[in-house]
Amino acid sequence: MSYILIIGAKSDIAKATAKEYAKHGYDLYLAARNSSELEEFATDVQLRSGVDAKLKEFDIAKFETHQVFYESLEPKPLGVIVVAGYMAEQKECQEDFTKTLNTINVNYTGAVSILNIVSNDMEKNKDGFIVGVSSVAGDRGRKANYIYGSSKAAFSSYLSGLRNRLYESGVKVLTVKPGFVATKMTEGLDLPEKLIASPDEVASDIYKAQQKGKDILYTKWIWRWVMLVIKMIPEWRFKGMSL
Amino acid sequence: MSLMSWGVYPKIKNTVFKFNEQKTLRKIINEHDKLIPYGNGRSYGDSALSSKIIHARPKDYFIDFNEETGLLHVQTGVLLSEILESFVPRGWFLKVTPGTKLITVGGAIASDIHGKNHHVEGCFSECIKEFNIMLADGEVATCSKEATPELFKATCGGQGLTGIILDAKIYLKKINSQYIDQTTIKTKNLKETFEAFEEYQDKPYSVAWIDCLAKGNKIGKCLLMIGDFRDDGKLDYKVKKQKSILFTFPSFVLNNWSVRVFNWLYYGKFKQRISKQVVDIDTFFYPLDAIGRWNRIYGKSGFTQYQFILPKESSYKGLEEILTAISKSGKGSFLAVLKLYGKANDNYLSFPMEGYSLALDFKIEKGLFDLLDKLDEIVVKYKGRIYLAKDVCVSKEIFEKGYPQIETFRRYRKENKMDSKFQSLQSKRVGI
Repeated sequence: MSYILIIGAKSDIAKATAKEYAKHGYDLYLAARNSSELEEFATDVQLRSGVDAKLKEFDIAKFETHQVFYESLEPKPLGVIVVAGYMAEQKECQEDFTKTLNTINVNYTGAVSILNIVSNDMEKNKDGFIVGVSSVAGDRGRKANYIYGSSKAAFSSYLSGLRNRLYESGVKVLTVKPGFVATKMTEGLDLPEKLIASPDEVASDIYKAQQKGKDILYTKWIWRWVMLVIKMIPEWRFKGMSL
Repeated sequence: MSLMSWGVYPKIKNTVFKFNEQKTLRKIINEHDKLIPYGNGRSYGDSALSSKIIHARPKDYFIDFNEETGLLHVQTGVLLSEILESFVPRGWFLKVTPGTKLITVGGAIASDIHGKNHHVEGCFSECIKEFNIMLADGEVATCSKEATPELFKATCGGQGLTGIILDAKIYLKKINSQYIDQTTIKTKNLKETFEAFEEYQDKPYSVAWIDCLAKGNKIGKCLLMIGDFRDDGKLDYKVKKQKSILFTFPSFVLNNWSVRVFNWLYYGKFKQRISKQVVDIDTFFYPLDAIGRWNRIYGKSGFTQYQFILPKESSYKGLEEILTAISKSGKGSFLAVLKLYGKANDNYLSFPMEGYSLALDFKIEKGLFDLLDKLDEIVVKYKGRIYLAKDVCVSKEIFEKGYPQIETFRRYRKENKMDSKFQSLQSKRVGI
């Protein structure tokens, strides 16, 4: 069966997504830094679903390695899902530029680097799909996390352009915008329960949206409307608010 | 957020610890007392409740499977439903399963659960090759019936009071269909019910739904369901979409009359004395799992499931007396399950013994605990016992009388310094 490449496979959302695709019979390339830490997980997925799951060493911030990495994949993946993300405290980013740079490199530059390579190949073959996990934080910059948010905004714009470019070739691009997700990233934060999705819900939403060939997915769905309202607030009012 | 049990009673505040690595768990165990492991929260009462809880459900990796022997190695938090989802399509099923598949493997061991085939296959401990458990001193022991018999007998059925189970190797059994040939026998009274159980004793699966509100000479009337796997090669097991109870019902919804109507409709569905059906695994073994959060129908004060077993020789008289008491009280619900069990094993606190067990739900309301006290007395009088995985209120005195190996269990806990390290509300109440 076809392989799905998951970039940033260590996160809770990535693992849930990997399981979801495995459940539907897809084989997996699980790409991450120190990928050997995923050995137990890969065994689990293989036992549960009877698919193949291969670990691949990959650092999204080491752009120069991406071409070689993609060439090494045989067979080439049918779908590529970029889940890699980095969220440092806003305050730390403001005071320490290396953290800001790392945020931008993981969430944007690195994703662009690998997807440029992937999309050229898929466009040539007129086959495949791309899923990019961005964030609702990219829909409007807020003082609480605009470094992270702006990197995700850039990624969302990139995916939008990529979708436009690949339209003719039939390669589908899905932008995923999760709201709050119950993961390691958000553990300990005091968040409203109705707005939180579990990684499993996000994964199942991603699978369904991707199979249907959708363009943009908010998960939970309510975030589409939450963000619509937030985007409609005029800037002169927004600038004084604490959201 | 505090964790609750399936009965939503009692509600207590608790601190929840999670662990990823053994060293994290060791640190928690070294630094805290009065801990209790918690799996998927499906035990009904307070056996997994304490002010400090170790949440084992997130540890849910499959580790290994041997196609030849059917030996499956999983972490403690894997749900039985996850095992079925992966292995029924490959022709494997659990040797022993309770009436819900939404429990963890660790929980299955801690309650030494049993199912509709107890009279043939025994308890869950029968299918265990070995398991790893972290003890009170933070050391990990590999436990099996042969190598560490005391630890094994204390842990299987020990309600998490010996340590934190980390992973287990269990044997699955081969099946060649996900369908079951079911025979339903409709009986008119307790005598007929007992006769039917005896008659079908050699069939692998059996359970009866009993109408607890029946009165007079109809007491003990039931629908006895007998089952056996088909051999048609159909293994297309898919998880069905679950319907869910979306809100907690006001507690008046379930009353004597609504239950009566339900029982009448359910019982009336089967016209003949003996009828045959073909049903799938989920319908036969896990009818209630089809409705998510069904515990909400009992209202916000919660409910309890009262389950006891009586030795075979005193079962008839005892059940007659208990069913009469329940019927008189007008309490009791549609979920009353009767079953004939096989021989007891020698685990210290395992529930089953040879005889008849009855399980029924009661919503928590005024007068309930008086009724349960009365039932407890009858259970003791007929030398029966109460099931800890369901219990929320049994007294120390009543509990002790039912479990002859209780002192061995207590001594074992004390000798190994488990008694202060691992405690639940229930263990404190019944003094184990």
